[in-house]
Amino acid sequence: MSTLAGWGRLPEPGREVLGEDLETLTRGAALARGLGRSYGDSSLPARAGDKVVGTRLATRILAFDPGTGVIRVEAGLSLVNLVRLLVPRGWFPPVVPGTKHVTVGGMVASDVHGKNHHIEGCFGAHVRAMRVRVADDTIVECSPSQHEDLFYGCIGGMGLLGHILDVEFVVHRIPSTWIRMERERVHDIHMFLDSLSRAAPVWPMTMGWIDCVHRGRAMGRGVLTAGRWATPEEAGTTPSSVAPDKAVPFEFPDWALNRTTAGLFNTMYYWSHVRRRVSGTMALDPFFFPLDTILDWNKVYGPRGFTQYQCVVPRAAGPEAVREFMDRLTKLGAASPLCVIKDCGPEGKGVLSFPMEGTSIAVDMPVTPDIQRIVDGLNEFIIGTGGRIYLTKDRFTRADHFRAMEPRLPAFVALRDKWDPGRRLRSAQSRRLLGDQA
Amino acid sequence: MKVVVLGGTAGIGRAVAQRLAERGDDVFLLGRSAADLARSAADLTARHPAQVAAGYASCDLERPEGFGAALDAADTALGGFDAVVVTAAMFATQEALENDVELARRLTTVNYANTVVFCEHARKRLLARGGGWLTVVSSVAGDRGRKPVAIYGSAKAGLSAYLEALDHKFRAQGLWVLCVKPGFVTTGMTAGLKPPPFAGEPDRVARDIVRAMDRRKPLIYTPGIWRLVMFVIRNLPRAVMRKIGF
Repeated sequence: MSTLAGWGRLPEPGREVLGEDLETLTRGAALARGLGRSYGDSSLPARAGDKVVGTRLATRILAFDPGTGVIRVEAGLSLVNLVRLLVPRGWFPPVVPGTKHVTVGGMVASDVHGKNHHIEGCFGAHVRAMRVRVADDTIVECSPSQHEDLFYGCIGGMGLLGHILDVEFVVHRIPSTWIRMERERVHDIHMFLDSLSRAAPVWPMTMGWIDCVHRGRAMGRGVLTAGRWATPEEAGTTPSSVAPDKAVPFEFPDWALNRTTAGLFNTMYYWSHVRRRVSGTMALDPFFFPLDTILDWNKVYGPRGFTQYQCVVPRAAGPEAVREFMDRLTKLGAASPLCVIKDCGPEGKGVLSFPMEGTSIAVDMPVTPDIQRIVDGLNEFIIGTGGRIYLTKDRFTRADHFRAMEPRLPAFVALRDKWDPGRRLRSAQSRRLLGDQA
Repeated sequence: MKVVVLGGTAGIGRAVAQRLAERGDDVFLLGRSAADLARSAADLTARHPAQVAAGYASCDLERPEGFGAALDAADTALGGFDAVVVTAAMFATQEALENDVELARRLTTVNYANTVVFCEHARKRLLARGGGWLTVVSSVAGDRGRKPVAIYGSAKAGLSAYLEALDHKFRAQGLWVLCVKPGFVTTGMTAGLKPPPFAGEPDRVARDIVRAMDRRKPLIYTPGIWRLVMFVIRNLPRAVMRKIGF
């Protein structure tokens, strides 16, 4: 039987229908998916027979106005392709996630955020309009002034309100193709939160790598990166180039990544930043898309697959809550070589959009027999802080936990009642979290 | 370059046209559906660094009587083209072709006879102006008589042989004939099939094709691994080919 899987490599039975013409293809479909980079089950079918449309062959730009930066594209256009096109002409998308291997439709459905969230908000904040095929098979043009409810429901709506056919958004002018950045070694979680909030007003882009294996004094140590676009003078005349992809040549065995090797990796990475503070000019590709330097890195976790736990701890809960979260995380023993911390700005208008004012933490975890217990434990804590999780990364959250952490859920359900009363649009994730039928 | 692309609205042809437009080549599209051509032309215009508008005209590989006029329209619009890329073709599974001889006739006519006729029109125009590029997508399916592509592959085998001969005959006159042999590529054309290992993506394949054109190569396999795969397949004894399903 054929299967589909997200980036975490845990499969569900099903297959995708590919094609260039989304208008024809999405008729009668239950779900649309782009490049399958969501980690969990957001892009997987609720049941094997559901029609899942792969959008990645719909790659056309429908209009681009170099005067204003307004661009309209088909939903399957990849960020790889878009960046390749925009950068040499002095443009860049307003918001990009940590990987280029996503489609524009997926960026809307996940309402992705980036290093500049505290300034620019999510990608959805820069979308002006889109065309959506809704459950009764009609095509609806929506925007902040036209079918506003559908528009904001689709932003961060995980593809559950309609299949996005094309998207109009604004791209920004960039002064150069280089980044002026500063990197600082930070030796515990308190200092980290402090440095993040001090960097935010000065730097338009910030993020941190944080050690979430070690406990005690070293808990929450890491490396903070802050950046801005380099001025033409700082950048010089050579355009920054894209490094050729390296790929993981084979699937690692399950045992390759464990607490010991992850701890070792964390220590090595921390001490590779020997100098406490480094600054310089770097190419935009490794700055924005560090995850893309090695293709297929998900193979490192072996055949068991992996998941990511990403949550936001609200600012109101205070820095103590973040420290306690780190404490729980390290105690639960999740072995992760990759853990990312970032402060988020105010919540956007997407009905189910993830970010809110606070601190976001993302941890990769191999799927071990303990995984459900770990996710449950973290979720219980997050519910207590008033925070929430990022659906795009999620595979293991329980429906009751999701309801408890998502006061906006009734509003989203009301939107589904209006636009899709028969629940024709669904995913394995909506089956798990919203009780859709298999 | 000033390039005419037959089949540039979808699949490999679309990706090639996009890459050419992005680097500043002028592109003219030939295809069947006017609405689809207009949408693709707008895409290419947006991608062109100077926003040079891409033109288009209707041309159907099933109607050879229109080939000359379509190429003339492209020639006028581009102010004389120096490259012709042919990616349009039909596809059907061996099972469908065996069950429907009329479909088999149409497919072999389009993919072999009519493609050759189109190339002849293009070749004469290119040679008359001192040469240029003629890039045609054939297939690895033509490299060996194989059970799952008996009919489709036979047309591609004929096309590959024709393209090789063109290269031998006209290279000295400045005509750069490129025969492209893609392995399995995920496009709308192969949408119903289960992708085998080493399946290619259109954009990657297009990058290989444009690079081969720049280097004036006569033949490429893409993705590159298929050169090795087909080397093995071409050298398997008949007794083995008869046994395996590949």
